[in-house]
Amino acid sequence: MAENKVKKVAVNTTINGEEMDILVDPYVSLLETLREVIGITGTKEGCNDGNCGACTVNLDGRIVDSCLVLGVEVEGKNVETVEGMATPDGLHPLQQAFLEEAALQCGICTPGFLVSAKALLDNEPDPSEERIRHWLAGNLCRCTGYDKIVKAVSKASKKSK
Amino acid sequence: MVSTSENKNYKVIGTRPIRHDGYDKVTGRAQYGADIKLPGMLIGAVLRSPYAHAKIKSIDTSEAEKMDGVFAVMTSKDLPRLGDVVRGNSEESGSEKHLSENVMAFDKVLYKGHVVAGVAAKDQNTAFEAVKKIKVDYEVLKPVINVDQAMAKDAPILHEDYSGDHLGKKVKNSNIAAHARHEIGDIDDGFKKSDLVVEKEVDMQTVHQGYIEPHTGTAVWDEEDRVKVWTSTQGSFSVRDSVSKVLELDVSRVKVTPMEIGGGFGGKIPIYLEPIAAVLSKKTRRPVKAMMSRTDVFDATGPGPGGKVKVKIGIDSEGKILAAYADIRLEAGAYPEAFIEAAAKCVFSCYDVPSMKIDAYDVLVNKPSSAPYRAPASPQVAFATETVVDEICEIKGYDPIDFRLKNVAEKGTRTALGPKYRTIGLKECLEAAKNSDHWKSNLDSNPSPGKKRGRGIASGYWFNIGFKSSVNLSLNPDGKVALTEGSTDIGGSRASIAMQAAEVLGIPAEDVRPSVVDTDSIGITDVTGGSRTTYATGYAAYNAAHKLIEEIIEKAALKWDISKDHIEYSDGIVKSKTDSELKMTLKEIADDPPGGPIVSSASVDLEEAGGGFAVHIADLEIDEETGKTDVVNYTAIQDVGKAIHPSYVEGQMQGGAAQGIGWALNEEYFMNEDGVMLNSSYLDYRMPIALDLPMIDTIMIEVPSEEHPYGVRGVGEPPIVPPVPAIGNAINDALGLRLLSTPMKPSKITEALKRKK
Amino acid sequence: MIKIFLPYKIRETLGVPTEIEADGSNLRNLIDHIEDAYPGVKDYLVDEGKLKPGMSAVIDGKTTRLGLIHKLDDVSEIHFLPSIAGGS
Repeated sequence: MAENKVKKVAVNTTINGEEMDILVDPYVSLLETLREVIGITGTKEGCNDGNCGACTVNLDGRIVDSCLVLGVEVEGKNVETVEGMATPDGLHPLQQAFLEEAALQCGICTPGFLVSAKALLDNEPDPSEERIRHWLAGNLCRCTGYDKIVKAVSKASKKSK
Repeated sequence: MVSTSENKNYKVIGTRPIRHDGYDKVTGRAQYGADIKLPGMLIGAVLRSPYAHAKIKSIDTSEAEKMDGVFAVMTSKDLPRLGDVVRGNSEESGSEKHLSENVMAFDKVLYKGHVVAGVAAKDQNTAFEAVKKIKVDYEVLKPVINVDQAMAKDAPILHEDYSGDHLGKKVKNSNIAAHARHEIGDIDDGFKKSDLVVEKEVDMQTVHQGYIEPHTGTAVWDEEDRVKVWTSTQGSFSVRDSVSKVLELDVSRVKVTPMEIGGGFGGKIPIYLEPIAAVLSKKTRRPVKAMMSRTDVFDATGPGPGGKVKVKIGIDSEGKILAAYADIRLEAGAYPEAFIEAAAKCVFSCYDVPSMKIDAYDVLVNKPSSAPYRAPASPQVAFATETVVDEICEIKGYDPIDFRLKNVAEKGTRTALGPKYRTIGLKECLEAAKNSDHWKSNLDSNPSPGKKRGRGIASGYWFNIGFKSSVNLSLNPDGKVALTEGSTDIGGSRASIAMQAAEVLGIPAEDVRPSVVDTDSIGITDVTGGSRTTYATGYAAYNAAHKLIEEIIEKAALKWDISKDHIEYSDGIVKSKTDSELKMTLKEIADDPPGGPIVSSASVDLEEAGGGFAVHIADLEIDEETGKTDVVNYTAIQDVGKAIHPSYVEGQMQGGAAQGIGWALNEEYFMNEDGVMLNSSYLDYRMPIALDLPMIDTIMIEVPSEEHPYGVRGVGEPPIVPPVPAIGNAINDALGLRLLSTPMKPSKITEALKRKK
Repeated sequence: MIKIFLPYKIRETLGVPTEIEADGSNLRNLIDHIEDAYPGVKDYLVDEGKLKPGMSAVIDGKTTRLGLIHKLDDVSEIHFLPSIAGGS
């Protein structure tokens, strides 16, 4: 195996506002980079093939499934995960609304939904129910039937206005 | 909410506090199965069979063992060979031999994805590479992948060494693991006297629970032969029992720490990776973590059984049901247990029928070993019964709610298995459905061009188990209460359990802090399943809180040097009944109480919570050209006994409805004839997304259970039962087509429309 | 007397009527009385001094969790049934 050894790549990136230098195997996903290299596990793996949205992160203003992005691709980019949503002053209005509206049961999909929904509200402060359902179509939840998630996003949008 | 219970002026119960574990779960801090990292941890991976049915002739692990970064390789030679002993009589039934064989195949692989070997390596990539180097020589056998194939004459046999129980007779060389029968009254006479007899057979495809978090298992096997396990499970004690059996260790040598659980719906009751991680740790003396991919989850875990169910119902000229017969054939998968007794208990549960007969078959097929899936086997049988009932109403022109009310099961009704119902609330649900805005609304108020609308209704039942739970309480010096429990929290149960203790103590829900702890730190607690948790662990919390009050009164008596009889407690204040000067808050009594800290514990072992019934109404809009079905309006009505935290009760009703809608319209194991699942990804196993569903209206009915101090019944399971037939009945209403097989997908609708023309 | 209903397969195998009657202060001794009248039944119901794994007793609509020590005061009917797996 030694002769096949692939060299790690130095990557400079910003995760939740913190600039950092990391060493990443070139074949490793951003999801694995966050969880195993940087050590933040709020971003979850549900399928590892871009179909569940549990690993959604915000990459330079766009939401992506971090399992479909390589760790080396975030060189020079800004990555925002669920860990970056709350501030020392408190929860993001979406996080608060998810709690108040009981928009989570098991909670494994919640980080992905929060990151997705934040990207929506960052650009569209008052989305309709239809728009919310369209926007969240890439995030699977098996517990709630989405009802309370849609209501929580709607509530947070009204709050942040 | 409709309530038949008198208003008890609860302070905590029925309110909607923020769940205690919520903050960790919205910030990414909560630690699920895959999130654990231990010093020196290795990564485990397994080799899975590419064949659905084959004999293992030999396994060569030498190449894998030689690889750099590989620390250990294991096969079933590293596991004890267990005898055919039947385990327990609770929800985790089955034989020890089968339990062990399902973890890792010994002589035969019985489904595609069956584990044959395991590897521990320095990282995931190395582990995957090593697994590929293990060579297995198989003798490939023909698989059977549905009940018809499995029950056919000359079918290939899964378990040559196993005797099935056919109405009490031991039968070898059969894929029918069990044939059970229940009989009440004389159905031949009932059918003879009937004015109308309707019979239908439905065909249900295998489905998956679909929880978003894949299975994991992490273990450390130490020098004292003690095994520590961290896993995402519905039952840490059932994992302890299963792991100790597979590894032939005393239970006290196994300690299971439950991680947060990312969904289960029954599928996270069995063990899979935990014993493998443990053996690999024994060989390396390092922690080992193993994780499944999504495809592994589909291929090798939990499906809900597919199968065929035939139901025949006869009614008299007045519309009273006289006789009912069911023939139930469900897929157990690779090892026995297709929940056929549950199926028998549920099939005619909504009706008062003087004569009933049920034949139920537990059928072995080359698919993963079936796991419970939310009201296991009840949706399968409800599809048949509720379709027949709908057809009767259609033929006779009966209103479907009036017909159900005329034949409704209620307290004292004799069930198909024999016992009579205690207090149940189906009648109240049907009446609420009849009075609902949805039922009274005009179906075609807003039709889309080129589409047809239809409305369907169906009922469903689950019996809500009880069993063992333990709770400890400890009064902290600040007057707040720490609660420890053994029920893993799959959807808000920390809150619903803490709220019951808070209600007894008369303090806010936030002042009781619940923790789910490991198996060394709490008394035995059965699985979070069977809709038992809020009922049984909640009951233990209720009892523990009453004991805590006794403790508080005892300490106050010591402090004040008066008799206990002169002391009372309410709403966080302990006081003398006679001397108004003598009173203390919880904080005051908790500050250095005489004779030691104030603690209590309680355990229960409960009977069933009292049955839970649900009635759902579905409005569909179907595109006749493409066959695409949209659910445009949906109402779930359910007798919840007493809603402790109404938001999470609504959540259970909505989530169950959503799973049922997916089951009805999209979901299936699409398998080729070799027994290989062709759609083992979320892209192709299409579960409902936000865009597929409307808001799901909920109507909670509260007919208190006789078995619980607050009237709690389980709520998680009944809501997955009515959706499949409600949608089937709505399709019939829209198009005049009875689709009798799931999923009722677009191609089936367009084909049926073509045939009709 | 308490009305007793045994599972279909026991009735078929041993030729026991659908409904029989027996008495007992607790479940253990009720089963002994059934055994006196219908030899062989006990083997199906009891194993190592406990209700057999896979067997349950429903006493007036409630599945006993106490097993053979369950006291039978004011009981009108008991159904012995295969215990039910499943639950999620």
